[in-house]
Amino acid sequence: MNIMKFRPLFFIISALLLAISLYSLIVWRFQPSIDFVGGSNYQFTSTITSATEFNPIFEAQKVKLYSATKLSSNSWELKFAPVSEPQRQAIVTELKKKDASLTELQFQTLGPSLGRELLTKTLYAIILSSILLFLFIGRRFGDITFGAGAVLAMFHDAIILIGSFSLLGHFFGAELDALFVTALLTTLSSSVHDTIVTFNRIRELKTKHFNLNWVDLSNRAVSETIVRSINNSMTIVIMLASLVVLGGEVTRWFALALLIGVVVGTYSSTGVAIPLVLWFKRKKS
Amino acid sequence: MDRLRIRKIFITILGLTFICLVINLPPELNIGGKVYRRPDFHFRLGPIDFKPNLDLRLGLDLSGGVALTYNVNTAKLGSSELAPALESLKSNIERRVNLFGISESAVQLIKEKDSHRLKIEIPGLTNVSEATDLIGQTAQLSFQSLVDLPPEATATAKPEDYFKDEGINGSHLKKATAQINPQNGQPEVSLEFNSQGTKLFAAATKANLKKPIYIFLDDYPITTPVVQEIISDGRASISGNFTLDTAKALAIQLNAGALPLPIELISQNQVGATLGKDTIQKGVFAGLVGLALVSFFMVGNYGVLGIISTVSLIIYGLITLTLYRIIPITLTFPGIVGFILSIGMAVDSNILIFARFKEEIRAGHDWNQALELAFGRAWDSIKDANAATIITALVLLNPLGWNFLNTSGMVRGFALTLILGIVIGIFTGVVVSRNLLRVFTRRRL
Repeated sequence: MNIMKFRPLFFIISALLLAISLYSLIVWRFQPSIDFVGGSNYQFTSTITSATEFNPIFEAQKVKLYSATKLSSNSWELKFAPVSEPQRQAIVTELKKKDASLTELQFQTLGPSLGRELLTKTLYAIILSSILLFLFIGRRFGDITFGAGAVLAMFHDAIILIGSFSLLGHFFGAELDALFVTALLTTLSSSVHDTIVTFNRIRELKTKHFNLNWVDLSNRAVSETIVRSINNSMTIVIMLASLVVLGGEVTRWFALALLIGVVVGTYSSTGVAIPLVLWFKRKKS
Repeated sequence: MDRLRIRKIFITILGLTFICLVINLPPELNIGGKVYRRPDFHFRLGPIDFKPNLDLRLGLDLSGGVALTYNVNTAKLGSSELAPALESLKSNIERRVNLFGISESAVQLIKEKDSHRLKIEIPGLTNVSEATDLIGQTAQLSFQSLVDLPPEATATAKPEDYFKDEGINGSHLKKATAQINPQNGQPEVSLEFNSQGTKLFAAATKANLKKPIYIFLDDYPITTPVVQEIISDGRASISGNFTLDTAKALAIQLNAGALPLPIELISQNQVGATLGKDTIQKGVFAGLVGLALVSFFMVGNYGVLGIISTVSLIIYGLITLTLYRIIPITLTFPGIVGFILSIGMAVDSNILIFARFKEEIRAGHDWNQALELAFGRAWDSIKDANAATIITALVLLNPLGWNFLNTSGMVRGFALTLILGIVIGIFTGVVVSRNLLRVFTRRRL
């Protein structure tokens, strides 16, 4: 199987995905959750039917109401500026006047400073794990181009995942929250996981067939590992898809982020990491 | 591999599975009218008394409860006073939180660049204002003496009946200082009362000569000095088992009357119990459906091998849940997702091995040979690939508590379940599957 002859096609696919991601990120940005920018999130069950009923309550308290979303037939999610404890109590009292049967599901309020911390810490975590993975792979394979290929493919996956959440945020209101950060970092590791399995096969073949060139080695390695790669992703996709469909509201976007990450990660091992290594090798020689 | 050794390993695996299965059973099982109780695994081995609590710990997001984050204002303190002040703030608040009587509540001090934070988690509590009121209140200092109860009253006496409040509280205290006693070199806390406090204290020491006086903070005894003489100059010292730091901390506490440092609520999170229950139910259901689908997929692709890997997946699930109970790991939303994801990843080592096995069969090896070769050769990839995942998971877990990395419990909980999943997944995927296959192929041949 001569998969590496499709390198131009992979290049076009990746370039296109990256372009869409970056476009969406620049034009639509993303919907940061209160985890990042601070604010309040209040979920409750109630018989209140219209979102306009909330406005006067919040105006009276001089609290800015960002959004009121109906989660299901009888539950609401309100998002508003950070509030103090007396303000919260006043709002709850007013709401209960409208509907005595109101039951609180969740309330969260967060000052803006905590959010900025999360953002910088995520950045540090990505930088640190990239450096560690680059060093680890470079050392394990005794070849710095492998480390570079794997880490760049990982960045490719990260950008596409953030980009797709920018799109999902624009069209479906998906938010970037602390859980998304976790999903992002997991994607990075699973992307490298897949890449390493293929790299391993290249190294093994190299010792057996030292006369083959890198392109042929890569082709053989990919065709020998692609079935396991797809099968393995399939099992993870099955688990995550059942979470997206059957799991609760809270875990849905998180599971979807992981799902996108796994699919992109599987593609990038073959479609990005190896072509990059081949490109580095050609540059070198 | 000789037969005997394989059989030994196989029996060990069976035993391990059985123990894990028993641990994961509900505490009481009702089958056909008969009630079976889970053994409580209470071991006594010489001085070691081992009685594990085997219930799954649920995080705040699953059990419901209140999480509060306070910013600690340290502007007024020099750096030398800071550490004892923070410690006493923490113990003060811990004492107040414990009044709720919820054993899993946690108070954590977090240093964030130049500021200090206090994170308080009280699972099961639904009323936030109850918590904020209690935590932010002014500390109540009181001096109490013992009452000699007549014997006929002891039967009905409540604990508070044994104490008599001497009417002295924090407002009567002029100043408290930590100092070293020049006579014996021990750290102690000296108290200086105002004029009214001096009178009250003189009366109290007179009434309780050679008897102990209990000093309470927030209804909690902090020290019990025995009155040696009548003190009428309004000066007293409390000695006890103090280090210089604890003496300083107590002095700060007494001086402040309130909390040793001012705190300000910056974030609160309150989760109702119903939301968590719903998510657990849906998560467990999704996990089971996923597991069933993965099993179909594996059997469809790899036949007999698929059945073996399904069995080792179930063993994987049992071992993982058992470790969650023993370590213990507090399960959160992302933790559950991490667990479900790790099931998908645990199959990976099996798929690597089985794919290799098919290759070796094609290369002309027989069943047994191909099997041993596949396990040996796939091990290299399994090792490297999982090492990479562990590296990332470690960055997320931040085991050294580095400040520039994430310290949030949610992310760390996810990372911990992921690492556990990888390690156990390798064990079941390689050791368990391999030995199950060895046993069953011997029979077949």
